[in-house]
Amino acid sequence: MIFSVHVEVRLRPGIADPQGSTIERAMPTLGFAGVSGVRVGKSIRFEIDAADEAAARSEAEDLCRRFLTNPVIEDAIVELEPAGVAS
Amino acid sequence: MSSRVGVVVFPGSNCEQDMLEAMRLVGGEPELLWHGDATVNGVDAVIVPGGFAHGDYLRPGAIARFSPVMSAVAEFAAAGGPVVGICNGFQVLTEAGLLPGALQKNAGLKFLCAPTQLRVETTNSVLTRAADKGAVLSIPINHFEGNYTCDAETLAQLRDEDRIVLRYVVNPNGSVDDIAGVCNEGRNVVGLMPHPERSTSELLGSTDGLPLLRSLLSA
Repeated sequence: MIFSVHVEVRLRPGIADPQGSTIERAMPTLGFAGVSGVRVGKSIRFEIDAADEAAARSEAEDLCRRFLTNPVIEDAIVELEPAGVAS
Repeated sequence: MSSRVGVVVFPGSNCEQDMLEAMRLVGGEPELLWHGDATVNGVDAVIVPGGFAHGDYLRPGAIARFSPVMSAVAEFAAAGGPVVGICNGFQVLTEAGLLPGALQKNAGLKFLCAPTQLRVETTNSVLTRAADKGAVLSIPINHFEGNYTCDAETLAQLRDEDRIVLRYVVNPNGSVDDIAGVCNEGRNVVGLMPHPERSTSELLGSTDGLPLLRSLLSA
């Protein structure tokens, strides 16, 4: 069974985010007041062929831990659903 | 006396020729190690040079660490062999888990290419044993992601165990505790962001990289 996977890679809480800070500092000059807590991450999409949803999730999480994130500074949120489902 | 030095080449490495030249200058016998070969070819020391291995895609070093040569480098390091990662090579070694911490984008989000002043914090490492403790070396940096970071526990451990090898006199990139280079527990694996191979001649503005490169030969 094919599953569509979406991984959101985020900097872990407490890790400084130079990109997020720079974007946040630029906002007032564009007239956006009151925006705070900007954090920049990555969005990665792929498909996995697995027996069932639990197996697909387990493989995706293993992939995140070993390759798609650097656990020293990042973590990931994994979302998946059977491929072909309209989203 | 070690003399054969392997310089690892990934697709996107760009400092390997400078490193060959620099190692010859200090009396070493350098050779290239191809990323696709799972061997360090019996060398006495390994250098992972700067560049943009695999385009820095995903994260610097994230893909390079899975190269066949890296398993051989890890074995060599585990057996006590001297391994030094410079710039992108430092990023590769942290991704490979051979050194603690990680390198983030520079604070200020600028690519930095400039001379820096580095203080030798310990001579107890394969990269600094021929240097003088407390000496200030003029060696350039050339990076976008050189902002060293680690958790508080790791930082305390690095300090307690005298594993911060080099510090910036003036912090250019936001690195925690002004860290420019660290070593592993065995002190045989060192990573640093500055480029000692670019400080090997008065024509280049400094010869302060020479004691570091010589250290590697006497490791």
